[in-house]
Amino acid sequence: MVERGKALYGVNCSFCHGSDARGGEGGPNLLRAQVVLDDQNGELILPIVQNGRPDRGMPPINLTTAQVADVAAFVHSFRVGGYDISRMTPPTILVGNAKAGEAYFKSACASCHSVTGDLKGIGAKYADPKTLQNTMLLPGGGRGGRGGGGGGPVVTVSVTPAAGAKVDGRLVRIDDFIVTLALADGTQRTFRRDGDVPKVELHDPLAKHRELLGKYTDNDIHNLTAYLVTVK
Amino acid sequence: MRAEMRAAMRPEMMRATKFLLALAPAIVMAQGLDPAAILKPLSDSWPTYSGDYSGMRYSRLTQINQSNVKNLTLAWTSRMTGGAPAAGGFGGRVGGGAPTIVGGEGTGEANGPINIRASILQVNGTLYFSTPDNAWAVDARDGHTLWHYFWKTKGGTHIGNRGLGMWHENLYMETPDDYLVCLDAKTGKEKWHVEIANFNLQYFSTMAPIVVGNHILVGTGDDLDEPGFLQSRDPETGALQWKWYSVPMKKGDPGMETWGDVDTASHGGGNVWIPGSYDPENHLYIFGTGNPSPAYTNPPGRNGDNLYTCAIVALNVDTGKLVWYYQTSPHDTHDSDSTETPILVDGQFNGKPRKMVLHASRNGYYFTLDRLTGERLVTSKFSDTVNWAKGLDEKGRPVRDPAKDSTVAGSLVSPNNGGATNWQPPAFSPDTGLFYVPTNDAYAMYYLTETDPRGAMGLGGKDEAGITSMGAYLTAIDYKTGKTVWRHKYPGFGGNIGNGLLTTAGKLLFGGDLSGNLVAYDPANGKILWHTRLGNVSNAPETYMLDGHQYLLVAAGDTMYAFTLY
Repeated sequence: MVERGKALYGVNCSFCHGSDARGGEGGPNLLRAQVVLDDQNGELILPIVQNGRPDRGMPPINLTTAQVADVAAFVHSFRVGGYDISRMTPPTILVGNAKAGEAYFKSACASCHSVTGDLKGIGAKYADPKTLQNTMLLPGGGRGGRGGGGGGPVVTVSVTPAAGAKVDGRLVRIDDFIVTLALADGTQRTFRRDGDVPKVELHDPLAKHRELLGKYTDNDIHNLTAYLVTVK
Repeated sequence: MRAEMRAAMRPEMMRATKFLLALAPAIVMAQGLDPAAILKPLSDSWPTYSGDYSGMRYSRLTQINQSNVKNLTLAWTSRMTGGAPAAGGFGGRVGGGAPTIVGGEGTGEANGPINIRASILQVNGTLYFSTPDNAWAVDARDGHTLWHYFWKTKGGTHIGNRGLGMWHENLYMETPDDYLVCLDAKTGKEKWHVEIANFNLQYFSTMAPIVVGNHILVGTGDDLDEPGFLQSRDPETGALQWKWYSVPMKKGDPGMETWGDVDTASHGGGNVWIPGSYDPENHLYIFGTGNPSPAYTNPPGRNGDNLYTCAIVALNVDTGKLVWYYQTSPHDTHDSDSTETPILVDGQFNGKPRKMVLHASRNGYYFTLDRLTGERLVTSKFSDTVNWAKGLDEKGRPVRDPAKDSTVAGSLVSPNNGGATNWQPPAFSPDTGLFYVPTNDAYAMYYLTETDPRGAMGLGGKDEAGITSMGAYLTAIDYKTGKTVWRHKYPGFGGNIGNGLLTTAGKLLFGGDLSGNLVAYDPANGKILWHTRLGNVSNAPETYMLDGHQYLLVAAGDTMYAFTLY
């Protein structure tokens, strides 16, 4: 039925409404049209096809009831949703200038990183340059709409109680009232916070990455990505 | 205080009081909630979404105040269970013997975890609130359930429900499958339901109905390309009184010059999914509209500013006619709904009394507008990282930078999709003159994944990669200048938008932080005065007065907590 409808649609409808029913030469997108969304088996589409819409420049189309039902089955076969799946997806995000990216790397990144040291072969590690780009911006970033948190290097914390020795560990949780650390032996320790007591120092290994977010231009990001994918 | 009054009463007053007291229960029973009661500034009860029409969430109650807030103690807690009762059907009973009444047009028994994001009404000692498909009446003195209503759904987006509206003995609830349901507040039994939007067009309805006189104002959401609208319904029958579309629906409609073609305009979004505020003096219902659709792609049909999407809009509540508008994101390309609650304030501006609207938008900009004309008085950025606009135009509107649209190679954009703020209710204190709003300075990469010049539908056509938050804050803004007077940074790196807020004449500001604490702050400077850890506070705190005691009420997921002083 869908196949028959597709053939009928191709001959009679696609010129105006597009081969994918998303609109074409003069005809609107059918997938989001109320008549189509309310229609079950062609019953609402039928009078429009047979009578046309002269006020909008649509001529009557000579199709039988059964044929319109087939066309409807074809139009209803598309997935329609708010999170529309992309069809014409660009093959790559890479547009940058690798040479300019190399120069940027030397000025902004080389004080901590080296393409022959910690980043050796980085371009081969990520199949998708998009993942490389997100990871470069913030290791551990690039997962959904919320930032921060796990995946990247860990934040460590030093807590110095009013009386007693400084305690170091991995940050588990912090708010205005509590700080929890994971200690080297795997156990956790929680301190109550009361203003500046105890003294809490967070050590964010990604602080410089965060700082750069306010400084990069998009071109810098694209160039840097284009450079890093060549480091194989 | 009551004892002193009694001692001072003369005999004739005593007689008059006895007479009134004898009448009082009958009046209360007959009245339920007189819509005129909502006109009063927020005090003992909580009869509408924001407590009163101003949207300030500023309570005049002072029993709980800076000097004693540290003594707040738990009065009761109550955990809600949703869905149909095990026995099923009308008259089923859940724990405590409360009936569950089942309605609905669908077959959906599926019921996710209960997460109370709603504003909770408190009228005559009873709390009324909702989650998607569920409504409850709960005793405000001890939290026990009086009745539960469950709506069997046809499906659709079940993202949240912002609460109920009340008119006399009627309660109103919107459902995810686009019905307005009217319940008897005393029994929870359904009186009627009417369809308010076409479910086939992927509308879903979450807004708390707002009662103004004999108007029930209802809005809807949609993530496909369909037009947004606000409608007014009759409180007794649900019949349509008027309907205002936030986009042009045909040639010649106002705003059509800001679109490329009618087909795109009439599918152009601008959904109304958060309640607005109401100016009774001028009969203006003032609210925000959502993003244009398609949200992230730019087909030729979207050429222009795309009115009246991403705008603050004032309608005459009796006619549904547009009085003024102010667009906060002309031609938005980042799903930056302007639906965040506008707050109506009468105050000084440039040394003169002025009626104003205060609004902090998801796009990271704060606005002070004139309430009668929509004239812009102040625009400022309340997020340090916001970078999607090139600057402001002559009307103070942010000017979109097309280079920060979703691009094939990726654009580093702030705010992220969650926004610099979102639906979480802001608050205002007339004592400090400050506007309070939870904020987030976050970056995301936006990639264009649909290069078809016709664009994508709805929210499609892009891939968003969250990068990080530079900081999440409770932010206090001076409405006269737009400047941030203070902001409290939530510690750590797990940036997100905090919870909705409450201010009181007890010189307190309440809100949930990012770590599950309910916190009381000094509204003048953000100093922390009290806290308790509940875990994932999920709505804006509220307060009410009952039996001479002030209560502080908040929800955390499926559980409500009420605090008081003994």
